[in-house]
Amino acid sequence: MTPMRLTAAATLLSLAVAACGGTTKSSVTSAPAPAPASSSAAAKADPNAPLKEGMKLAFLPKQINNPYETIVDNAGIEAAKEFKGEAKEVGPSDASASSQISYINTLTQQGHDAILIAANDANAVCGPLQQARAKGTKVVSYDSDAAPECRDLFINQASSEEVGRSQVRLLADLIGKKGEIAILSATANATNQNTWIKYMKDELTKPDYKDMKLVKVAYGDDDDQKSFTETQGLLQAYPNLKGIISPTTVGVSAAARYISGSKYKGKITLTGLGTPNQMRQFVKDGTVEKFALWNPKDLGYLASYAAAALVSGQITGAQGETFKAGKLGERTIGANGEVILGPPFTFDAANIDQFDF
Amino acid sequence: MTATTAPPGREVGARGARALVDLVFRARELSLVAALAVLVAVTAGINGNFLSGQGVEDILLNTAILALLAVGQSVVVITRNIDLSVGSVVGLVAFVTGDVLARGAGLVPAVLLGVAIGAACGLVNGLLVSFCRVPALVVTLGTLYVIQGLDHYIAHGRQINAVDLPPALLALGNGAVLGVPYLPLITLAVMLAVGAYLRAYPSGREFYAIGSSPEAARLAGVPVRRRVLAAYLVSGGLAGLAGVLWLARFGTVVGDSANGWELLVVSAVVVGGVAITGGVGSVYGAALGALLLTTIGSALVVLRVNPFWQQAITGALLLLAISVDRVLAVRVARLLRKGGRR
Repeated sequence: MTPMRLTAAATLLSLAVAACGGTTKSSVTSAPAPAPASSSAAAKADPNAPLKEGMKLAFLPKQINNPYETIVDNAGIEAAKEFKGEAKEVGPSDASASSQISYINTLTQQGHDAILIAANDANAVCGPLQQARAKGTKVVSYDSDAAPECRDLFINQASSEEVGRSQVRLLADLIGKKGEIAILSATANATNQNTWIKYMKDELTKPDYKDMKLVKVAYGDDDDQKSFTETQGLLQAYPNLKGIISPTTVGVSAAARYISGSKYKGKITLTGLGTPNQMRQFVKDGTVEKFALWNPKDLGYLASYAAAALVSGQITGAQGETFKAGKLGERTIGANGEVILGPPFTFDAANIDQFDF
Repeated sequence: MTATTAPPGREVGARGARALVDLVFRARELSLVAALAVLVAVTAGINGNFLSGQGVEDILLNTAILALLAVGQSVVVITRNIDLSVGSVVGLVAFVTGDVLARGAGLVPAVLLGVAIGAACGLVNGLLVSFCRVPALVVTLGTLYVIQGLDHYIAHGRQINAVDLPPALLALGNGAVLGVPYLPLITLAVMLAVGAYLRAYPSGREFYAIGSSPEAARLAGVPVRRRVLAAYLVSGGLAGLAGVLWLARFGTVVGDSANGWELLVVSAVVVGGVAITGGVGSVYGAALGALLLTTIGSALVVLRVNPFWQQAITGALLLLAISVDRVLAVRVARLLRKGGRR
């Protein structure tokens, strides 16, 4: 490990020399640890720096048994092979911030070049991530952001605003912009859910949707049974309900499963964010007409390339910098160090069989 | 019930006391039914849809799996033990049977496999508790994590999707015969069978004897170890069956289904009048407890009450149930002493 780190430090130093030009020999010898060297390298981006070979990346998902995160991470690990990097996935079996912290500390000690994290809590993981960065490890968050000051980049699956507004547009088209609607969310304090819901509510204030009324936001806690019960409750408590948006993969599949076997099938329109594999059955049996999601494989792929570009010094995380993300082409860093994957993709009966994830 | 070990000379008094004990605990079941009736009446009064055909079907479907687990758990609790591994067993079985079904296995072999996996987990628990004399709480807490870990290892972040499952299984999950869904029917059949066995068969009564006083039961010639092992086999097997039903009901299964359900099951059992100290209670009570807890959950959602209250009410019911048990135990003990003197 130590020789590895020394090589990394040496490479970073030579980069710094190349980038700044004015570094004297004495400052090279006096540089004690990789940390200051990397920060001097981080100060200036060199867009033309080649991607380094053999860099070590680690994906730290919210929890290792989440099928969605597995797809993302595997795609990221595959991407790392394209630039001859080494990537692995480690993580806790429960989606808690405290379990993530010990993984961050271990990864830092192991001297990884970059940690890619889907944070369980934006602030709780902040301290350990800062320590990692102080030791020269680059931090990229994906799927669920950490506080902006604790990471270099956030790979956003889609702009939150676009997700929220497009979900309302999707449902509005399906129910003819008329009637009572409800939202079946995950947990009441999930950051991404609440941001999306905020934009959904905002979209609904537009005059175009004046005949649509949001009657309730229910929380299924990403638990099958709870999502079932909440869906039943919504349908019983609001007999005039026309549509449900469930912007969570567990919620939308549970709601679809319940509706497919109940008298409400065909009477209620369900849409949301789900994966093609879990929704295939319900699109085929007519319970769900359309739903949306970004491509999780592209998310992992982009995160991997972004981390590589950071480690290689092509970018520092500042707004306006660009990097090449393999087959996804050139990407630009937006405000707050965010890189956005793209608009959500809508799946329906005609195209669902082209996807397998 | 201590009546089993009462000496012959005191039979009259003992029988009188036993009738009293029966009455007291039938009263428990009756009070559960009454609580349910009030709850349903109030909820239906506010929202008529609660008692619509679909509403009743929903409640029965929601209850089926929990009640099935509660039946298995009560057999174990009656012997003064506990099985905390049931939630993990459900998760493991749901994933493994889903996996083999997705690979084209038949429905019947898959159900049998599920029950067999559950029974195997029960066997491990039972052997450790009965033959190795390790406290049940520790053993099943250990197997809870081991089985969960195994589930995570097998699942490895994969997911079973409804589209991969045979239509027959999905139909089992939400189909019905004469308007009654399959799941509650299965639970009802299992409950009646286990209930009849515990009540009417001498070997069934021995479960109660063990729970009342393991030492006395041993001295009276009850094969304590075999009965405790059997209790865990029943609990494990039923958890396996519940795992298959879970898969049928939800269709989409990941590596941590039914995570945390063991506590819900124990709550249902205790609320249903099965004393956590063993020897007292019935599987009917346990199933009623499951029905009550599920109905409260559904009613609060329909009444648009903050979900926080659901957990608080479940907790309050538990405390109430345990307090009532304690009071009753003291009373019954006093009456039994009197009956013995007469």
